[in-house]
Amino acid sequence: MAVIRDIAFQGAQMLLVLLLSPLLTGFVRKVKARLLSRRGPPVLQPYRDLIRLMRKEVVLAESASWLFRVVPYIVFAGTWVAASLVPTFRSGLLFSWSADLIALIALLGSARFFLALAGLDVGTSFGGIGSSREVMIASLAEPAMLMIVFTLALVAGSTQLSAMAAYMMSDEVGLRVSLGLALLALIMVALAENGRIPIDNPATHLELTMVHEAMVLEYSGRHLALIDLSSQLKLLFYISVIGCLFAPWGIAPPNGSAAEIAIGVASYVAKLAVGGVLLAVFETSIAKMRVFRVPAFLGAALMLGLLGTLLLFVSRSL
Amino acid sequence: MVVYALYGVGALLALAPIAVVLTTSPRAINVIYGTSLVVTLVLGVIGFKSLFELSTSTATLPLGLPWLGAHFRMDALASFFVIVVNLGGAAASLFALGYGQHERAPERVLPFYPAYLAGMNLVVLSDDAFSFLVSWEFMSLSSWALVVAHHWEHENLRAGYVYLLMASFGTLALLLGFGLLAGANGNYAFDAIRASHPSDAMAALVLILALIGAGSKAGVVPLHAWLPLAHPAAPSHVSALMSGVMTKVAVYGFVRITFDLLGAPEWWWSMLVLAVGGITAVMGVLYALMQHDLKRLLAYHTVENIGIIYIGLGLALAFKAHGMAVAAALALTAGLLHVFNHSVFKSLLFFGAGAVLNSTGERNMEHLGGLIHRMPQTAFVFLVGCVAISALPPLNGFVSEWLTFQAILLSPQLPSWGLKFLVPAVGALLALSAALAAACFVKAFGVSFLGRPRTPAAADARETDSNSLAAMICLAALCLVAGVLPGIFIDALAPVTNALVGMSMPHQTGLEWLTLVPIAESRSSYNGLLVFIFVTVSGSIAAFAIHRLASDKLRRGPAWDCGYPDPSPVTQYTASSFAQPIRRVYGTAVFRACEIGEMPAPGATVPARLTVELHDLIWDYVYAPIAAFVAAVADRLNVLQFLTIRRYLTLVFAALVLLLLVLAIWP
Repeated sequence: MAVIRDIAFQGAQMLLVLLLSPLLTGFVRKVKARLLSRRGPPVLQPYRDLIRLMRKEVVLAESASWLFRVVPYIVFAGTWVAASLVPTFRSGLLFSWSADLIALIALLGSARFFLALAGLDVGTSFGGIGSSREVMIASLAEPAMLMIVFTLALVAGSTQLSAMAAYMMSDEVGLRVSLGLALLALIMVALAENGRIPIDNPATHLELTMVHEAMVLEYSGRHLALIDLSSQLKLLFYISVIGCLFAPWGIAPPNGSAAEIAIGVASYVAKLAVGGVLLAVFETSIAKMRVFRVPAFLGAALMLGLLGTLLLFVSRSL
Repeated sequence: MVVYALYGVGALLALAPIAVVLTTSPRAINVIYGTSLVVTLVLGVIGFKSLFELSTSTATLPLGLPWLGAHFRMDALASFFVIVVNLGGAAASLFALGYGQHERAPERVLPFYPAYLAGMNLVVLSDDAFSFLVSWEFMSLSSWALVVAHHWEHENLRAGYVYLLMASFGTLALLLGFGLLAGANGNYAFDAIRASHPSDAMAALVLILALIGAGSKAGVVPLHAWLPLAHPAAPSHVSALMSGVMTKVAVYGFVRITFDLLGAPEWWWSMLVLAVGGITAVMGVLYALMQHDLKRLLAYHTVENIGIIYIGLGLALAFKAHGMAVAAALALTAGLLHVFNHSVFKSLLFFGAGAVLNSTGERNMEHLGGLIHRMPQTAFVFLVGCVAISALPPLNGFVSEWLTFQAILLSPQLPSWGLKFLVPAVGALLALSAALAAACFVKAFGVSFLGRPRTPAAADARETDSNSLAAMICLAALCLVAGVLPGIFIDALAPVTNALVGMSMPHQTGLEWLTLVPIAESRSSYNGLLVFIFVTVSGSIAAFAIHRLASDKLRRGPAWDCGYPDPSPVTQYTASSFAQPIRRVYGTAVFRACEIGEMPAPGATVPARLTVELHDLIWDYVYAPIAAFVAAVADRLNVLQFLTIRRYLTLVFAALVLLLLVLAIWP
């Protein structure tokens, strides 16, 4: 019985993240539009876009190989699995132990690896420019992320997200310098990983400034739908991770009652909404930076993460 | 067991002269590589049996120094490395059954190949300093002969020369190290060395000499200079052996000396090893990113992976010195697992590069492209190797790096302050090298296998032969198995860590769902099998649902490219342009990279040029001055070659008088 319930919750989590992620993107777009005094597209527009794209035929470049057609599914599956293993509304998910935070980051790394390969597959100059910039950004963002994971893991004594969330909810944690540094660095990395302003502009179609959009330029139809859905899932993943680690309130315990679960879902949606609003406010208040300023930005994140880790090596209480 | 292993080595040694006789026969290739394949497989099975039976067997042969004899021993560590050596050897022999058919000068490769395999096995089996050093030199020289097999290319001769110098230098360091280690009454058997306890200063000196001696063979920075020259110069199956296996034999030498022969370690030794490991990992991958020769890129990645292995070993030393046996077992397991993993995927990648070289005649990635259409199977297995070496789940490279990260997370408990500051920095370097490796393999695979062919040679490439493919497929399968079921491999390492640090990681294979749990489940766990199944299943569900419910229509058309597709394949991103952002970020500091653009005056008909200058600072500031110094001294001494006989006699007489004087004054 308990197993069936656990499986049901794991399934519910998978569906929840899948269904909420386009909504989150639509919401961010809407808030951004309102901040710019535009009316903006409806919040549900991303769903419509996805459905329309899925129904369209795929126009495949003549020089594309089988890899180009497989990559959208790999990227989608990797991101979906990663997002499904983060405790969102209830901790102690059935399979949350199958990958700790390091493995989840690496799983997203695999997805990016294949996407960057797909950018090179057709043999166009835009695909190449996107891929090469994406791997440059990743080469700094991934170590920064790992340093953040180190900091958090040293505080919580675990790299398991469930255990980390449980520790963060307990009274032991208190205010720590290292956690502050980690939060700051995590936000910087999340902005870079999701291709948001100031690193990359998800809405741009100005060729020379594109990173992510240039890489997926040759995709169309259902492939493009999956790529878009994956980036929406990735945004949701990062906001969920930040929420689960730095605002773990409301997450239902593994044996929680129906009321606790309801609170968990409600607080999760509230966290996503807050994250979305903050993201929109931040994005509208800052300009995009030049590509070669990005290393300085991410280098700062890496240093913050390293500093957090060093502090914890020096003293357990910092 | 060791006796059977020696029979196997004897068979390989006997094969060498047979190869000399046979070279004129057209069947020689099949006979030599086929026999090598069988013998290495048998040796591998012997290694397995010895590792799992937990038996230590010894043998003494009446060879070598008359009062010492040649001692051989097969304990857990030796058995593990026998498996690594012969697994690589078997795969290379199988690959060579196909690849070797295209060899232009088989008479220069065939006799040395089995000798080289025998040499590597002998190093691992030796149980006294004399036979160890003799086997080590035998291994170096036979591989040198293979490096210069294609001597008609000038570059290869230079590579061979540098290799020979560095190999001699490394052996000299090891020779001095073993000299200091000698047991009571100058007994060089490892048993006697283990029983004697060198003083602290002596042990530290031996450690440094071992780091230099074994490190120069393994390719740690700054002793790596020969490696990217020599490894690519050899025929590809030998490159795979040199990169995938011989560097591991060097790691074996280091582990044997530091963990076994030297006795209890000092904590600061580990700082040395960790610093070397961290720098090697990052420098190796940065060098690799700047390369556009496929085989040289792979060789530089060997440098990187050796760095990762040394980080694991350094952590194990630190934990061992502070008596934290559980953590030491974890770190050592991580390092040794990476030894195994790297030998598998690096051999695979070199085989892939060899297959490409065979079918296109090109090692330069700028002349390749689009091979995924012409060589689909090679492309697929090469891709598996790329994912594995980039430390991405669910393949095997990730498992060993994940274990290393877990070991780093245990290190705040280390009491020494030096380590407290060094270990997080090394962790950052390790993370950086993992991310850069992924970037580098996007470049390697993307530029050579994807896109459109850049030359007619790449456009006319043909799929490689079935033997080569079989070897690559076996290794690719092993990458997946070791990635999703790492517990089996970790459990197999238990006797090795038990012997070296007195503890092993908790038993893994009995755990629920075959999960990997290094310390406790509440701390960290990883299940490659489940992750692999989840990704496969959810990807398949998505594909099925979309094709069924939405659309499965597909139309081929010209590339979009923002409306300006250019039919010429030279407009694609090249390896150099792909690496340009990374070169700008890291290269300015590390390689003093600079880009010089020459824009012709308006109206001039000369093309504009962009030149990129890279400086190998280690070569410029370490090797070049030494070479210049040696050359200058040699120039001065050159006068001595052209003296008259009277002067020579005077010189000899003066030397004699000097020596007698020294003897007279010597206390």
